[in-house]
Amino acid sequence: MRLAVLGAGAVGSSVAELAGEYGHSVVALADSTSAAVDPDGVDVEAALAEKHESGAVGDASVDDALAGEYDVLVEATPTTLGDAQPAYDHVRAAFERDRHVVLANKGPVAERYADVRALERESAGELRFEATVGGAMPVLSTVEDHGPDHVSGLRGVLNGTANFILSRMAAEGLDYEHVLAEAQDLGVAEADPSFDVEGTDTALKCVIVANVLAEGEREYTLDDADVDGIVGIAGSALELANDDGRTVRLVGEVVDGDIRVGPRILPQQSPLVVSGTENVVQLATSNAGLLNVSGRGAGGPETAVSIMTDIRRLE
Amino acid sequence: MTDPQSEANAYTIRLELVDEPGELLRALEPIGENGGNLLSIYHERGHITPRGHIPVEVDLEATPERYETIVDALREAGINVIQAGTERYSESLTILLSGDLVDTGLSDTFTRIRDNTNATITDFELAAPQGSAAISSGRLRLGIEEGETERTLAKIREIAAEKDLRVIEPLSGVFA
Repeated sequence: MRLAVLGAGAVGSSVAELAGEYGHSVVALADSTSAAVDPDGVDVEAALAEKHESGAVGDASVDDALAGEYDVLVEATPTTLGDAQPAYDHVRAAFERDRHVVLANKGPVAERYADVRALERESAGELRFEATVGGAMPVLSTVEDHGPDHVSGLRGVLNGTANFILSRMAAEGLDYEHVLAEAQDLGVAEADPSFDVEGTDTALKCVIVANVLAEGEREYTLDDADVDGIVGIAGSALELANDDGRTVRLVGEVVDGDIRVGPRILPQQSPLVVSGTENVVQLATSNAGLLNVSGRGAGGPETAVSIMTDIRRLE
Repeated sequence: MTDPQSEANAYTIRLELVDEPGELLRALEPIGENGGNLLSIYHERGHITPRGHIPVEVDLEATPERYETIVDALREAGINVIQAGTERYSESLTILLSGDLVDTGLSDTFTRIRDNTNATITDFELAAPQGSAAISSGRLRLGIEEGETERTLAKIREIAAEKDLRVIEPLSGVFA
């Protein structure tokens, strides 16, 4: 497949770098302001080096990239809330030209699910967004394979930063501020970690799952989620949990049409108790009980691999 | 004639003992003396109830008639019987609370939980780190009747919100 990759951050650049290995070519690579476009295949290494040098991936514009000859638009620009722009316009442009759309950006399917599905219905292109939930873990494709009718709920640890902080605090008896600073030094937490530690990122993933499970009967946005984060969580609370064979994890739940995210007390043996930046998801299925999927929930190559599985399903 | 042994049922009695030597033995005597068959004793030493007592859970076998005599005898002996018999709470819920637990009145928090829910506080442990920081945490175990989890949690959230306490809850009960 010929790919137009929008977004040249960790995920976008990994998609562009790995495309060849998965049998695809990159005909456009764009960041927020510039693009490299070549119908015969963009020199990805050169474009990324150029971005590093000059701040621009190429001489073309983002619109040129959208107007190019590609089969699949990969939308990997940073997630925005509310109107989900500019990603939403990118999606629309691709669908209007009957191209497929693969999202890493959560905004369009978390905040404007019905609108995006409406655009898809008018198009010969198809929408896929495995990479928006749980990085490398096959969450949405598992739901799709079972059929949303046969999956009654999901709960999971869907944010590696929050999980790193909670597992370090519990293991080392350190306080929140200390571990957060350590996570920032290690690059596990961003300079502004609010999206992760306030539970927003986890909530967006749950909203997307809720939209898929609802099959158009109800549309969910971030406003429908009951969200609590882990900011300032007390080390003494984790110690008390530990003394009782329990621990605390930031868990997102989609149960009976309700979405809630918050720190939860769990038995230490629970499959939801993973350490470090690992993620895990538990799906309740109608005839097969609980299915647990765990793995790397974030990262450039990991998320790019989920995008590759989506593209493979489009072939 | 029915063999009385064939009618024996298993019962759980929850007691709260005063922390004094010989109390446990004193609590067990009425059981044997009145024909109860002691199955197990769960004596959580080190854990104290909000009233400063030690919770003890006793499983025993007895005929319904003998069982009533045992409970009466325990009460007559001045043993604090918290729960007896079939009204046994079927679900246990563990939550964490953090915040200014002490200054917002721990016993008031407990009283309000008891008065506003059907739950029993079966265990509490407080961790109040040294120093001026007011953040302390507590682990609370509640005995609740089946199907009452959500209602109990809603009440606790309300009480906690008023006192600016953070509640760390378990997962939703309904899943799968």
